[in-house]
Amino acid sequence: MKSTWSVVIAAAVLALASGAAHAQFTNDVIKIGVLNDQSGPYSDLSGMGSVVAAQMAIDDFGGKVAGKPIQLVSADHQNKPDIGANIANRWIDVDKVDAIVDVPTSSVALAIQDITRTKDRVHLNSGAGSSDLTGKACSPTAVHWTYDTYALAHGTGTAMTNQGGDSWFFITADYAFGHALENDTAAAVKDAGGKVLGMVNAPFPNTDFSSFLLQAQASNAKVIGLANAGTDTTNAIKQAHEFGLTQGGQKLAGLLTFITDVNSLGLDTAQGLVLTDAWYWDRDEDSRAWSNRWAQKMGTANRKPTSVQAGVYSAITHYLKAIQQSGTDEAKKVVDTMKAMPVNDMFTKNGHIRADGRMVHDMYLMQVKTPAESKYPWDYFKVLRVIPGDEAFRPMDKGNCPLVQAAVK
Amino acid sequence: MMTILGYPVQALMGQLLLGLINGAFYAVLSLGLALIFGLLNIINFAHGAQYMMGAFAAWLLLTYGGIGYWPALLLAPLIVAIIGVIIERLLLRRLYKLDHLYGLLLTFGLALVIEGAFRQLYGVSGQAYAVPEELRGGINLGFMFLPLYRGWVVVASLTVCLTVWALIEKTQLGALLRAATENPARVQAFGVNVPVLITLTYGVGVALAAFAGVLAAPVYSVNPLMGSNIIIIVFAVVVIGGMGSILGSVLTGFGLGVVEGLTKVVYPEASSTVIFVIMAIVLLIKPAGLFGRAA
Repeated sequence: MKSTWSVVIAAAVLALASGAAHAQFTNDVIKIGVLNDQSGPYSDLSGMGSVVAAQMAIDDFGGKVAGKPIQLVSADHQNKPDIGANIANRWIDVDKVDAIVDVPTSSVALAIQDITRTKDRVHLNSGAGSSDLTGKACSPTAVHWTYDTYALAHGTGTAMTNQGGDSWFFITADYAFGHALENDTAAAVKDAGGKVLGMVNAPFPNTDFSSFLLQAQASNAKVIGLANAGTDTTNAIKQAHEFGLTQGGQKLAGLLTFITDVNSLGLDTAQGLVLTDAWYWDRDEDSRAWSNRWAQKMGTANRKPTSVQAGVYSAITHYLKAIQQSGTDEAKKVVDTMKAMPVNDMFTKNGHIRADGRMVHDMYLMQVKTPAESKYPWDYFKVLRVIPGDEAFRPMDKGNCPLVQAAVK
Repeated sequence: MMTILGYPVQALMGQLLLGLINGAFYAVLSLGLALIFGLLNIINFAHGAQYMMGAFAAWLLLTYGGIGYWPALLLAPLIVAIIGVIIERLLLRRLYKLDHLYGLLLTFGLALVIEGAFRQLYGVSGQAYAVPEELRGGINLGFMFLPLYRGWVVVASLTVCLTVWALIEKTQLGALLRAATENPARVQAFGVNVPVLITLTYGVGVALAAFAGVLAAPVYSVNPLMGSNIIIIVFAVVVIGGMGSILGSVLTGFGLGVVEGLTKVVYPEASSTVIFVIMAIVLLIKPAGLFGRAA
């Protein structure tokens, strides 16, 4: 308790001191820190690809905003909340970082959310899934940009049930994230008039899913929901194909599946898989052009960015626009300005940021193409349905975000 | 429908078979470990990384050399074994006279370096490796749909395990190996080149790991971390079977695969821990392992 107070007092003193020295800006540089997984399970979907996306956003601003140079730093949080918190504290206290960006892995994201709230810095989250970031853990200086578990669960759960997939069986990774994803999806399925025939908790992590797949097969459910992520998901899909589940007419729903997962599976195995994502590189001219630029900077022609990486670019661009607009780098004022401006870029058209920090934009229900339908590298998805932002994300009054309750009172 | 303890017979039969299939991987991997420990006294923690290298070698051969599954089944273990032999000559050789712990630390470090290098080069999402044309599809056994490839995995690994066992127990070379394990100095005095024997044994152990890797490539995701996911279980298998016991490690591999498979029906949450529970019990009752001789 004592240390919290000393931090608050120190912050107040610092704020006063710097406020006296400079009129609007705390120092002479805008510093952005990309904090993500650069070596572990999420390093392909965020990692260096996100750092490159951040650099692109800064370059597109000419490296300067409101006359101040923009600097980029990055670090690997190894998916460990304590390591992430240490880096964030050092960044803020010593290196004077203004905004921390990306932060996949919900446990780390929630730790960063606390630190940035207390120390009054901006947190632009693209990589993490927990809908708590705009729920009970919401913060006036944070924006959750790309996706959340609620949107994924509801996108896939509702749409597939409406399209006739009205009986479900879940294979759930046996930890908090897996259970949350399963519960959210099951609720959406039931709301849409479907039923859940059964579920099985698979240990996490797990390599062999054949036992669980046989149980799913025996349930005769029309849809098998995979409430897991990363290698667990790709192994489950690979083996479902092998055991003839999809050929037998059962559909697979990947509840947290990224384009990098589909690439690693190959279309032959992944074809037919239904998933929800926030962005697809081949969606329109803008997204294609940006993706090609990104691939060049990555130094490889045969990679395409994920929604998380595109979200990092979009979030930083919007953040810099808000600094330009407001003429300050003060966290709350910048985020308030971000909330007042619509988001229009290659990531989304007419997106907006709600009081709880949720960036509301269209989500896409997509299906993986068959090898015959795919005409060029990374031509992986066909869009089944564009889910309007207001329908995709959790209604603001259902999230228990204290900011929203304060606004209502 | 017939049931046993409330579970349909069909479901149990299916899980039994799946357990055997998983057990096949455990058996081949723990056989390699037991072989290496028996002769070199090295606890080869790089075994998981070598298994991963086997899978990657198969993928690299296909992607950059157009070499398919069947040649890779021989080539990949050979390539990885050569790398293993180099490691043995350069590094492991220096540790034989020291405590087991040094070998463990060295191979553990090697595993980290190898996995890190592959992660740097190929990312973590994994690579796609298709099931070979001849083994696509499956047969309906009545109680379950058995993919042909899984059947092949059991046949291939049983064959390899039996061959290695026969080689060691029934041939002149095997007799020398066993003698060298008991008393290297005396065997050397008889004019046998024991260091070469040791190098070759490490090569064979590593080749077995790589072979399991190639077998796994079409069914599991080929990614740099695939070895670290399985190696801990395989170590438990070796400890239960008895360190250094060839037949013990094979039998225990298949047996524990079945136990794990049945746990997945009865209480799936425990399926990742059941092997370790068994390990604890075995260590309490018979510290040398089920098939091991007390030191």
